[in-house]
Amino acid sequence: MAQAAIELTGINKSFGAVRANRDINLEIARGTIHGIVGENGAGKSTLMSILYGFYQADSGEIRVGGKPASIKTPNDAIALGIGMVHQHFMLVDNFSVLENIILGAETDALLKSSIAKARSELDRLEREYGLEVDPDAIIEELPVGLQQRVEILKALYRGAEILILDEPTGVLTPAEADHLFRILRQLKEQGKTVVLITHKLREIMAITDTVSVMRQGTMVATRETRKTTVEELAELMVGRRVLLRVEKGDAEAGAVKLAVKNLTVRDSRGVTMVDDVSFDLRAGEIVGIAGVAGNGQSELLEAISGIRHAVSGSVMLEGKPIDLTGKADPGELRDRGLAHVPEDRHHVGLVLAFEENENSILGYHDDPRYLRGPFLNIDAIMADAKDKIEKYDIRPGNPRLKTANFSGGNQQKIVLAREIEQDPGVLIVGQPTRGVDVGAIEFIHKRLIAMRDQGKAVLVVSVELDEIRSLSDRILVMFAGRIVGERGPEATEGELGLLMAGVEHQEAAQ
Amino acid sequence: MSTPYAKLPAWADYGLIPLINLSVAFIVAGFVVMLVGENPFRAAVILVEGAFGKGTGIAFTLFYATTFIFTGLSVAVAAHCGLFNIGTEGQAYIAGLGIAIVCLSFDSTLPWWLTFPLAIVASALVGALWALIPAYLQAKRGSHIVITTIMFNFIAASIMVYLLVGPLKPAGSQAPQTRNFLAGAELPKLNWIIELFGAKIRSAPLNICFLLALAMAFLVWLLIWRTRLGYEMRTYGHSPKAARYAGISETRIIITAMMISGALAGMMALNPVMGDQHNVAIDFVSGAGFVGIAVALMGRLHPVGIVLAAILFGMLYQGGAELAFEMPAISRDMIVIIQGLVILFAGALEHMFRPYIQALFASFSPKSVGMQAVNGKGA
Repeated sequence: MAQAAIELTGINKSFGAVRANRDINLEIARGTIHGIVGENGAGKSTLMSILYGFYQADSGEIRVGGKPASIKTPNDAIALGIGMVHQHFMLVDNFSVLENIILGAETDALLKSSIAKARSELDRLEREYGLEVDPDAIIEELPVGLQQRVEILKALYRGAEILILDEPTGVLTPAEADHLFRILRQLKEQGKTVVLITHKLREIMAITDTVSVMRQGTMVATRETRKTTVEELAELMVGRRVLLRVEKGDAEAGAVKLAVKNLTVRDSRGVTMVDDVSFDLRAGEIVGIAGVAGNGQSELLEAISGIRHAVSGSVMLEGKPIDLTGKADPGELRDRGLAHVPEDRHHVGLVLAFEENENSILGYHDDPRYLRGPFLNIDAIMADAKDKIEKYDIRPGNPRLKTANFSGGNQQKIVLAREIEQDPGVLIVGQPTRGVDVGAIEFIHKRLIAMRDQGKAVLVVSVELDEIRSLSDRILVMFAGRIVGERGPEATEGELGLLMAGVEHQEAAQ
Repeated sequence: MSTPYAKLPAWADYGLIPLINLSVAFIVAGFVVMLVGENPFRAAVILVEGAFGKGTGIAFTLFYATTFIFTGLSVAVAAHCGLFNIGTEGQAYIAGLGIAIVCLSFDSTLPWWLTFPLAIVASALVGALWALIPAYLQAKRGSHIVITTIMFNFIAASIMVYLLVGPLKPAGSQAPQTRNFLAGAELPKLNWIIELFGAKIRSAPLNICFLLALAMAFLVWLLIWRTRLGYEMRTYGHSPKAARYAGISETRIIITAMMISGALAGMMALNPVMGDQHNVAIDFVSGAGFVGIAVALMGRLHPVGIVLAAILFGMLYQGGAELAFEMPAISRDMIVIIQGLVILFAGALEHMFRPYIQALFASFSPKSVGMQAVNGKGA
């Protein structure tokens, strides 16, 4: 057994009454790739934040390279050779790669010598690890995959021996993720230690040597990756058996419910986000829109649901047009049978400061069922909320509880319950399971398929390729605002990945 | 990541924390009193006795509180819709014009119980219209409501000065105010209620506007937590994006909320104008609109809290006046400092002690701050 790069013993951390980490013991061997998996809120991020000096543990010991370490700030962590690549990049968009790399590590009041030194050092790092990136490129002009590479270079430039990556593949195409994994393997071969935090079990299986599973603040197991299975890890994460793939019959697509024709949407800066998109959504089918985040899917959803102004094109709901001037009344669209589960449930789909029952009528608050003249019919609203809590197994089952106190999965269930129970003809869902724990994912997928089986038309936008593949009857791939391909549910990940990366039909046509 | 601090039980949230904030404000104020060479404990006794010791004191305290209830409610209604109405001062001031028109027209012909409803409508209407313009500019043009309402305070003040030294001033008078109203525009006093409890009252301006203020507090509670409109206002206040998603018209909700806020501000003018001075004089609002911001914040935007906070500020006004009278070293400005400290600790620094109290609660009884803590709604 190689010497441990990091040893954590008896780490405890509480926030108020919430015990985010309890008695965590973890040993990470030098020169290995160590995965940490767990559901949202399992305490992975807290643990890594303690290691990187954002938080202080209430008790416990950290040893780095065998020596006890006191890590009070990220600077302490950097001095100990710990580097972190955050889920949301910490880069200055309008700086060049070099400027970002020396940021905070400048040696002089004048930048010239720092930059010259960084340039030669960067050159060495790039050669050593295959991390090619143009040092003079401006960050905002680089694709996300390269931006992430800059983050890794930043950490290495500061002498990191131990690299922590927090959900690194969330924003990457499958091809970019593969490239990242190659880099990580190279780092390992050079003797660096990599800690990979993720909730994607396939990635764990693909790249790690060892994997630790966290659940509700405790470390429940550590396994050698080659001796475990995805099923076992999922079970350890959730604490019970989970169905990873939903079972569903064939779709019986019926009449066209939603027809999108030549839709073009620009954002506030005038950049075309949705470019001449056309597709039909039929009763009794789930159409999935795949794509890397930021390729126009969000804008497409918003335009269809009447929230965002479209420049041109048309959307017909049950044969009648939707107002695309951005002034459409989403309330009226609801009356016409269009329900919308927005991507951003924290700011759009829910009011987190509201009680659960108040959120259970959001958007339907002018339905006479919930009103008594100008007054809210509190009794009816409460009864309705309780009913939904029971049907959708929303926990804790208290309709008076503030929505912010529900977990991500339960918040999503509140939104889904509200939209599905209105019995809409068309349901459009953005990121159905983003930030939702494994147990709830299964439930949500089953609900969506049940909707389909009742003859409703369901449109799902997701950046999770697995989700798209397991739910959809037809898959549309969006890239740079255009629909670059349509595939059946049997499409391979590699095929979809190429489309998502924009390596499109010209090659397929050959 | 979980929220760093768990929730407190309602009684601590709404009772303990304001109490601690208030105590700190008074302790610091005590040091200020010591600095000018007076005994802070005696000063505290004079302050409290001045406000609540005698019937007259109580009546004055409640008279001031009436004013602050209206302005506090006005600020709170707008705040629930995510709008910071700093224009309560100007809306109340200009509403004096509406009251003047009604009172000067009808005080010789109608009894007070007919003039009063007319004056309520006039004050609310003028206040609402004065809030409408900034609201429209915010909703349609994106002009920030904080800036426009501040500017409208100045415009209101200028208009009122022009009117009170010109058209509204009786010919030959030197004072910048309207003529005194006749009996038909004088509101009945409520001093008899306090006298029921055996206290003696010399002369105090407490009048039936106090009851109107309490009624408005109840109506505001009803509006915010029990009506569809209030639901829409709160949705927009918490998240404009969620409101858009829910099909709530931004223009309509901003304009409605601001007009209700302006109407409540306008009604404030009834208290000093018809209840006390029986004329409209220059600067009769004298900062009550701004105190309303502190009252609303301290009352945590809840009508019950606002009534309590308004009484506290009424006490500071009345007790402070007594204090300035009894202790010559403590000038009127000192009282303003004490009020400022209360605003600072109870309003602006409201959350200063919260983390410590939460940590304390968590260590004593983890359950009390657990997930089951239910956020109290309504009264």
